[in-house]
Amino acid sequence: MRDSKLLKIALLIVLVIGVQELTTVTDTQYYLTQLTMSAYYALLVIGLAVVMGYAGQISLGHAGFFAIGGYLSAALTTHNLVALQANPVIHGLGSLGMLVSGQDIYGEQLLVVAPWAACIFAVLMAAIIALVIGIPVLKLKGHYLAMATLGFGIIIYRIGLATEYFGEADGISEVPGFTLLPAIGSFGPISVSGDFGLRVENYYVAWGLLVIGLWLLLNLIDSRVGRALRAIHGSEEAAEAVGIDTAGFKLKVFVLSAVYAAFAGVFLTHYNGGIGPSEASVMKSVRYVALVAVGGMANVWGTLIMGVGLTFLSLRGVFGSYDDAVFGAILIVVMLFAPDGILSMNVKALFAGRRTTDEHEAKNA
Amino acid sequence: MLKVRNLDAGYGKLRVLKNISLHVDKGEIVTMIGANGAGKTTLLSAIIGLVRAGSGEIVFRNQDCTKKAARWIVAAGCVLVPEGRQVFATMSVEENLILGGYVLQKAEGKRAVDKELGHQYELFPVLRERSRQLAGTLSGGEQQMLAMGRALMSRPRLVMMDEPSTGLAPLVVRDIFRVIARLRDEGSTVLLVEQNARAALAIADRGYVLETGKIIVQGPAEDLLANQDVQRAYLGREKIE
Repeated sequence: MRDSKLLKIALLIVLVIGVQELTTVTDTQYYLTQLTMSAYYALLVIGLAVVMGYAGQISLGHAGFFAIGGYLSAALTTHNLVALQANPVIHGLGSLGMLVSGQDIYGEQLLVVAPWAACIFAVLMAAIIALVIGIPVLKLKGHYLAMATLGFGIIIYRIGLATEYFGEADGISEVPGFTLLPAIGSFGPISVSGDFGLRVENYYVAWGLLVIGLWLLLNLIDSRVGRALRAIHGSEEAAEAVGIDTAGFKLKVFVLSAVYAAFAGVFLTHYNGGIGPSEASVMKSVRYVALVAVGGMANVWGTLIMGVGLTFLSLRGVFGSYDDAVFGAILIVVMLFAPDGILSMNVKALFAGRRTTDEHEAKNA
Repeated sequence: MLKVRNLDAGYGKLRVLKNISLHVDKGEIVTMIGANGAGKTTLLSAIIGLVRAGSGEIVFRNQDCTKKAARWIVAAGCVLVPEGRQVFATMSVEENLILGGYVLQKAEGKRAVDKELGHQYELFPVLRERSRQLAGTLSGGEQQMLAMGRALMSRPRLVMMDEPSTGLAPLVVRDIFRVIARLRDEGSTVLLVEQNARAALAIADRGYVLETGKIIVQGPAEDLLANQDVQRAYLGREKIE
């Protein structure tokens, strides 16, 4: 079990390096841009997979958590605080090293929150909001989380669209890069930004984060916690009868997945150099749910593969203006013909019609 | 061991249990018999904390646990083998057992769980044979044994069993009841809820008869077996003569 997990991770790393080398050899490095973005979306989606597949809850608000991460870090790292310099709070932040000053393109003095501080704040906010939504909702049995998060997602979308601070319909642009490591000799700097010169580095940063996130989740699933989560999914009442704090676990996993989403939002926003309200839209949340379903619900690897693959195709524009429709259709097809995910679909049974669903029911019976 | 005083409980506005009082002493098998819908399962759910008590008092080992959550009560040493077995179907037999030791692992660590796992395999050899098999693929009797083993993994002081004989072949039922009697002989305390009144009273020390949420008769098991009302209603003996 453990060895196969390490082997799979190693294979993934080899594949990631191989793909990068391949794009260099074939001079198709422009693919790296979408692969980088896909990795960030996949980070969100694998977090959601644990909520859906293991805790058995559906969240229709993960685009909201993504947007909280993206918008907060974008706003904090772009809005000029020079006018507020005298404010004791701002002054305090400055003396803690949480602010950076510079000059904008017109030579005006600029004082903004440092990306790392903005990142911590944004992720923390997402976690707190997830907690506030989750505490009352996850005590109830059933799919109340889906409804609550649907409402939450719409609220976040509207806030982005209506608040001047968040750029209204234009969103926020000119978000600076996020320097993870300063230059050490000839190595580095490593900075998350859309700079073409840093395309390869950014590809590795994104995939590195994804692999770390994946590694943490897989370890969680194999632990006592993961066993408890699977028990909750199997039979909530029986899980409670053996002493598992079902509401507590569901809450923790939900908050964890919100943190994953917020991290993805922070990094992708720095990479893209901006964020707009479409990132917070409900259709995005539906898309994430579809990706988890395609991947096979309680299958982090399947979700990873499907999440990266389909997001990559979508970002390359393969689906054209039918983008959202494609993801909606995928969700329907998966539910009808491959409830265990595309990777475990029986292709023959697809043509034989209803048998797959019958088999699924038989298996669950 | 367990004392329930004037307990009222139910779902929403529906009062299922009305003014229930009972007690279970250390080392006893106490059985609660009654027809479908009498409130037997609700009573166990209220004791374990899955259903909140409306009023009244539940005291387990001198600790008040009326408003406590299930995990607290399980940790205190009272465990439920739920009705319909409710094994975790998509997990292996061994994983089911390890989950049963969830509170034990929290309190005493992994080694205690491994040791207890050995005990359960001794008590239910069939589970050892099938340890890698998915619990959903076991037969009904094996699932019942797994559910019992899972409950015993937490080294409980009091085991509550909700209709362990449901849906099982008569021979298997006999095996299950033999195990229950053995648990008592090894020092456990059992609260057994059953529709199969004759089998339950045969191994129990004392019994209660529950009817529409109220306890109507109680006493030593032999007395209940001899009680004419109980015989007529629950032991299937029509009074023709």
